[in-house]
Amino acid sequence: MSYTRALRCRKCGQEYPVQPLNLCDFCLSPLEVSYDYKAMARVLSREKLAEGPLSMWRYRDMLPVEGKEVDIGTGFTPLVKADRLGEELGLDELYIKNDCLNPTYSFKDRPVSVAVTKAQEFGFDTIACASTGNLAASVAAHAAKANMKACVFVPSGVEPGKLVGIAIYNPILVTVDGSYDDVNRLCARLVERYNWGFININLRPYYAEGSKTLGYEVAEQLGWRAPDCVVAPAASGLSFTRIWQGLNELSMLGLIELVNTHMYLTQAAGSSPIVNAFEAGSLHVHPVEPDTIAKSIAIGNPADGYYALRVARQSGGGACAVTDEELIAGMKLLAQTEGIFAEAAGGVVIAGLKRLVASGVIKRNELTVAFITGAGPRTQDIVSDLVQPFAVQPSLESFEEVLGARV
Amino acid sequence: MAKRQVMFTFPQELIKEPIIYTLSHQFKVVTNIRRADISEDKGWVVLELEGEDEEIERGISWVIGKGVRVDPVTGDIVEG
Repeated sequence: MSYTRALRCRKCGQEYPVQPLNLCDFCLSPLEVSYDYKAMARVLSREKLAEGPLSMWRYRDMLPVEGKEVDIGTGFTPLVKADRLGEELGLDELYIKNDCLNPTYSFKDRPVSVAVTKAQEFGFDTIACASTGNLAASVAAHAAKANMKACVFVPSGVEPGKLVGIAIYNPILVTVDGSYDDVNRLCARLVERYNWGFININLRPYYAEGSKTLGYEVAEQLGWRAPDCVVAPAASGLSFTRIWQGLNELSMLGLIELVNTHMYLTQAAGSSPIVNAFEAGSLHVHPVEPDTIAKSIAIGNPADGYYALRVARQSGGGACAVTDEELIAGMKLLAQTEGIFAEAAGGVVIAGLKRLVASGVIKRNELTVAFITGAGPRTQDIVSDLVQPFAVQPSLESFEEVLGARV
Repeated sequence: MAKRQVMFTFPQELIKEPIIYTLSHQFKVVTNIRRADISEDKGWVVLELEGEDEEIERGISWVIGKGVRVDPVTGDIVEG
């Protein structure tokens, strides 16, 4: 049994029974899961959590699920001490949370695992989503594991190479001929017509909760403490808010000290509505038309932008946008110092971190965790210019002639 | 009858125009405002539209044609 109490409106506080629903009937604001933390605190301890499986499901008691989890082996990814990168940037205690190492190569496996578990509980036989890559792959993989149907919608402009990582799990793969906005509108209508569990619509309150495990894991891996600084990417802003929530829940449950973490969100300059609002001192996140190579975080109208903005402000953190050139440099720097090949969103995080340290916002002695949320190979074409091999004949002479003093 | 929850984002030059009033008069669409924030230089309104599907579609197309950005109230659904 879980400690889920109800769904609650994040704006007006109106409560609803646990069901597939994402918007408040009154003010049309997003709903979130609320828990009985007192009861949860009575059963949870560091020792009990440490006895759990080495996956995100060790935190099952803190997630809104009742039935058997749909688990493809997600979570408890490495938290790597990044000494070489830290030296390069000017940080003594830098860690990388390497969430590339989830089964479908991105952090999306965390929220999707919770959402698909809930979809099964609610009796859906089909799960659906709209995505350009990472989310669709994760949904299709979890559907396969759960023996459910998956229907994934992809804008027709998405590169064919990306579709392979989705198609392998055999979902119903639909390319939609239109802009991202057209796909958004189509999906909003589909959810009204079909009795599907739509991952980021009617299952969104549960989907959101999976990302809290990023915060839980980092605190546990640091020896039950919160970092001084977190640097993470923001697309819809949802995972950024949930890392923060995860840390604060641990504190509320008495598992770590009071959280004094500064939360910094990073976006690509070509799609930075949250950063724009932060810099303008505005409370409203004004939608933009995305134009960046960091496709996995190119969201022009972020559903949780307002809440992500609030976390950055309340935590004494900040927001930082980087150019496409900077993010590519960030990808290379991470790979060439720590051996981690991140997708473009990871490059955004590293480039943003570099700026935050260079400008003195993050101090040398602050324990900082950079979240790398997706792996590079799915979008490797953006750094394909790196491939410049030395061509030699199969002889020592040729090798030494071509390589010369390089070896 | 269908219902659609949407967000209108108004550019500065349209803030004084009675777009929502005109929408409900030119089309058979009931407009029901739930949240809004309007200032002299920008504005957004979250509202529910009720009517026949095609009429809502026609109405939304007209609003977009006037220069207003129309999004699902959920924010973007397409994710990475």
